Amino acid sequence: MAEAPVLVLAGADERDLTKLAEYRAVGGYRMLEKARGMTPQEVIDELIASNLRGRGGAFFPMGRKASFVPRDTGRPTYLAVNADESEPGTFKDREIMLRVPHRLLEGCLIAAHAIQSRNVFIYIRGEYLAEFEVLRAALDEAREAGLLGDVSVVLHRGAGAYICGEETALLESLEGKRGQPRSKPPFPAVQGLYASPTLINNVETIATVPKVLELGGDEYAKIGAPPNSTGTRIFCLSGNVERPGNYELPMGISLRRLIHDIGGGVAGGRKLKAVIPGGSSFPILRADEIDVNLDADSLGAIGAFLGSGVVIVIDERCCIVELGLRVAQFYMHESCGKCTPCREGTRWMVQILRKVEEGAASQGELDLLLDVCDRVLGKCLCPLGDAAAMPIASYVTKFRDEFQAHVDQGRCPLGESSSLDGLLAPADQHASATAHGHLSIPRPSRPVAGAARGA
Amino acid sequence: MPALRLAQERYGWLSPEALVEVADCLGLTPAYCLSVASFYDMLHLEPVGDHLVEVCTNICCGLRGAEAVLEAFQRELGITVGETTNDGRVTLRAVECLGGCGWPTVVAVDGRYRLSVSVEDVPAIVHCLAAAARREREGSGG
Repeated sequence: MAEAPVLVLAGADERDLTKLAEYRAVGGYRMLEKARGMTPQEVIDELIASNLRGRGGAFFPMGRKASFVPRDTGRPTYLAVNADESEPGTFKDREIMLRVPHRLLEGCLIAAHAIQSRNVFIYIRGEYLAEFEVLRAALDEAREAGLLGDVSVVLHRGAGAYICGEETALLESLEGKRGQPRSKPPFPAVQGLYASPTLINNVETIATVPKVLELGGDEYAKIGAPPNSTGTRIFCLSGNVERPGNYELPMGISLRRLIHDIGGGVAGGRKLKAVIPGGSSFPILRADEIDVNLDADSLGAIGAFLGSGVVIVIDERCCIVELGLRVAQFYMHESCGKCTPCREGTRWMVQILRKVEEGAASQGELDLLLDVCDRVLGKCLCPLGDAAAMPIASYVTKFRDEFQAHVDQGRCPLGESSSLDGLLAPADQHASATAHGHLSIPRPSRPVAGAARGA
Repeated sequence: MPALRLAQERYGWLSPEALVEVADCLGLTPAYCLSVASFYDMLHLEPVGDHLVEVCTNICCGLRGAEAVLEAFQRELGITVGETTNDGRVTLRAVECLGGCGWPTVVAVDGRYRLSVSVEDVPAIVHCLAAAARREREGSGG
């Protein structure tokens, strides 16, 4: 394979690209100038030619999505950037914001030009405090340098809700509401933020835009695994691997190579048990399935997904039932409660998985678990229900022996030696998903030092 | 949401009184503000300590020993997850993925990430918090 091009994170190892002067020194904001000299349609044509696809997980072609945004509606047009990175296993957007914030801003301004928007909102995950500060400093620098022109860029901080990474929930949250997804259609391109045309893209997608213009759409489309998986991805390697971290690589690299050559193999020389590509919302792969290339078509052929570029490596010490229980707890906690199959189904999954893990489940309950997954899959407004049902169903089908052993032996075969043994789910705060079903209504409690301060 | 955040920054948590204040400012009802606030994990509807320690317990950190780190915090602070120390200084929470999966275990102390935290690092973090608390006490006393 040819030397891998680094595009999105280019130059960040050598220079401090959080500074405007440094970013300009590597050609920063020149593509913005170029784009502003092009017509919006010409910019969109380049994006379509590049076949740059959404890096948030949905993999929708960005150029086509931008072309859906109607012009001259008499309403403002918005660009919303999804920086609400929350998919377990994903930590790439954080790296982009921390290391190449100006590339993200340049991408925002180019995309805003392409859809003729003067209003950009970057919805940044609430927990990302350092990232927010770096991005804010970069934005201030760009504004002072007059790069924004007549475009306003607003950084909006989230407040801790996984579901707000879903595009319509993000819009609801931006509008100051509970982050519950809307039903589609109408799609955001037609009726998004404040019922106006809105383009929503992930941080990595937007940060790739300047590079698409620099290389030209046709050249960009030759990188990676054309025609469908063009360009590079920032792969987030984590779990039981020797060298975890973010690695920007061309799409189509083999999973085995990423884990063994780049990641240094399974940590401690242990045996590989499973890999989760895409993120915790996606199906698992067994150790014997890692000879697959990381592009949408190759993964699709074996029922897996590229998702947000995640690769979670799991060694032999992990009990897959416990993994399922922890994953299901996450989705139960994060279900917004709007659609019944997801709200109730995720809780059923947790309850059954807990019984299986404790060795108290009957044979029929394994099938019941699959049945529950089936009743959630594809039956909700947003993909969160699918994101719970798909992985759980894959754990049961691919590691059926292990689930069966729990039922037969009446206990976890790995017992306390499992690497996930006893892992606690967070104390539940969502009224809609509390473990005991009670509403969390605020009431005057004993005063603590912090409460009195400033009152 | 920015208004709720501001109120929380001022009062430490969103008390019913704080929600009434936000509602009055925005021309909304307190119930509506509560419905929004209750949706988000980072908006506190109950008092929390001066300092917040949040340990990621999702799968990536979990595979690399988050449970032991959490136990170490419980031991050092003398509280269980979700509780605040008796002096009201520190609240310990277990949280979902913080997005630092390459450097487990991720612990956020007052929103600042500490990466690759191991059980051995916990006493020093708790010590730092205690020292900060002492400084604050002395600061407010003098």
